[in-house]
Amino acid sequence: MQELKFKPKSKIREFLGEKFISVSAFSALIGILLIFTFIFKEAIPVFTDPEVQEEASLDKMVFKQEYYEGRDPKWAWQPTSTVPKFSLYPLFLGTIKAAIIAMLFAAPLGVGAAIYSSEFASRRMREIIKPVIELLAAIPSVVLGFFSLIVLATVLQNVFGLTFRLNAMNAGIALGLAVIPIIFTVAEDAMTSVPNSLRDAAIALGANPWQVSFTMVFPAALPGIAAGIVLGFGRAVGETMIVLMASGNAAIISGDFFDSVRTFSATIAAELAEVVFGSTHYTVLFFIGTLLFVFTFIINLGGEMALNRIKEKLQGRTE
Amino acid sequence: MEVKMKKFLFLSLILVMAVTLFASTTITIKGSDTLVRLGQRWAEEYMKNNPDVIIQVSGGGSGTGIAALLNGATDICEASRDMKEKEYKLAREKGIEPYRVAVALDGIAVFLNEKNPVDKLTFLELKDIYTGVITNWKEVGGNDAQIILYGRENNSGTYVFFKEHVLDEEDFYEYTQTLPGTAAVVNAVSKDENGLGYGGIAWATGVKFAAVSKTAEEEAVLPTTESVSSGEYPISRDLYWFFNGKPTGELKNLLNWTLSPEGQKLAAEIDYVPLSAERAKENMIK
Repeated sequence: MQELKFKPKSKIREFLGEKFISVSAFSALIGILLIFTFIFKEAIPVFTDPEVQEEASLDKMVFKQEYYEGRDPKWAWQPTSTVPKFSLYPLFLGTIKAAIIAMLFAAPLGVGAAIYSSEFASRRMREIIKPVIELLAAIPSVVLGFFSLIVLATVLQNVFGLTFRLNAMNAGIALGLAVIPIIFTVAEDAMTSVPNSLRDAAIALGANPWQVSFTMVFPAALPGIAAGIVLGFGRAVGETMIVLMASGNAAIISGDFFDSVRTFSATIAAELAEVVFGSTHYTVLFFIGTLLFVFTFIINLGGEMALNRIKEKLQGRTE
Repeated sequence: MEVKMKKFLFLSLILVMAVTLFASTTITIKGSDTLVRLGQRWAEEYMKNNPDVIIQVSGGGSGTGIAALLNGATDICEASRDMKEKEYKLAREKGIEPYRVAVALDGIAVFLNEKNPVDKLTFLELKDIYTGVITNWKEVGGNDAQIILYGRENNSGTYVFFKEHVLDEEDFYEYTQTLPGTAAVVNAVSKDENGLGYGGIAWATGVKFAAVSKTAEEEAVLPTTESVSSGEYPISRDLYWFFNGKPTGELKNLLNWTLSPEGQKLAAEIDYVPLSAERAKENMIK
């Protein structure tokens, strides 16, 4: 008889090994909880400290304020002014504008590439396309920001004759480049996970490849594709360096996509280094950080959970 | 090479590095992006003459430098503005005694694109432009085009100084685009025909200076080393080094060297404005 390749291990070693691995897994979870606790702790004075609430209570941050007697109430973000102004609305609008442009640009490209790669591309093409698009994810965001600041902004200004060189469209397109690989990977995964039985059934009923993809595979993969888009949106909202360099950072309220914007993430990045520790400005910045954390956390969690459920459903597994 | 040989060489390399680190003094300088070029140049020259000193210079804005000084994270803070009341108070609470020395002068230049027909601006025009009262170039004698404003982030000493002296503490127009550093402002204005920016003189390439006059009657002056030094150019300021307490030892030597004729000449070579000889001597630590 052959000798056993795996010697029976001692029970103690097995036990320790198991516990060690589970500790590593839990430490990630604990890390996230601690980060959230720290950020939220620094933001609590918005709700509790009367001195902070004089300048930046929830009410003051959301609604128009009459900062100077006799002038119209307005929203403004000017934290270092003699009369500090902490409206979050211009920043919120800026974040959403940049993220929407990014999604409008990235979703069609990402999903289109995924459809091509999973349904129509030859095996060889797929082996080239998939890694190349995922390479986009490897480009550091500061490089993308630099590219859009120096090259893209000039191109856009010359083509469209824009007044502002650094604007939401500029930042949005660069953001889109960063988001495309996320959407592509998830969407492509979703489409290849669709069981071949569906495709075979369609072909058996006389569908050509185009019809197979759009009437059978795409609808089946749609929840997965949607999850990918949601994850991409989460990334677009949280991305800092690109918007910091390419968007012009002007906190204005306008619906024009060719105006400058100032996002939550860029505000924190630009201003946190200076603030006097413990001041109202400091507290508000941490409050913004908490908002960002919670928002992106919920988006990503939702996206991941939806993806898991879809995968189980498609692969015929039941819990 | 055999493994033993490699291990030996590796260990001896570590030892040499450790010895050099222990045998030397390290000085950290953090703060103003306006001053960082000067700080780096001075550090280079000083380290050449004093090989047992290591000086690490980084930027990040005056506010960043001051925060670092208050947290004990730096020996010297470079700042293009004075510390605010709040910051002095916080420093004393933390047991830090800020000691301020002016090490050079700087003019804040107003940058125009080279293709812009406008050449000069008065203080009032600058204020009105940057607070959003004037929005079109034709109101100051230029083309019929919207003025695109570029500025610095609110953690910048340049921003604070401009706000205090030119805007009289009024808010910047919210359409002012903020960029992370004077070099970025210069770059933006050089690429934008209708752009207007401000920043330290030492950075201007590819843009032209606006001649500034305090009032419409006075003559408009271009920012040069002479006009800033003499006070003729109206937007000028002191550039400071802050220490924790009066500097001693290597810090004192470094400061006195930068204030010496040799150090000040170096500053002039890279387009900073040196202090007058009497003032430099006055600031030295005896």
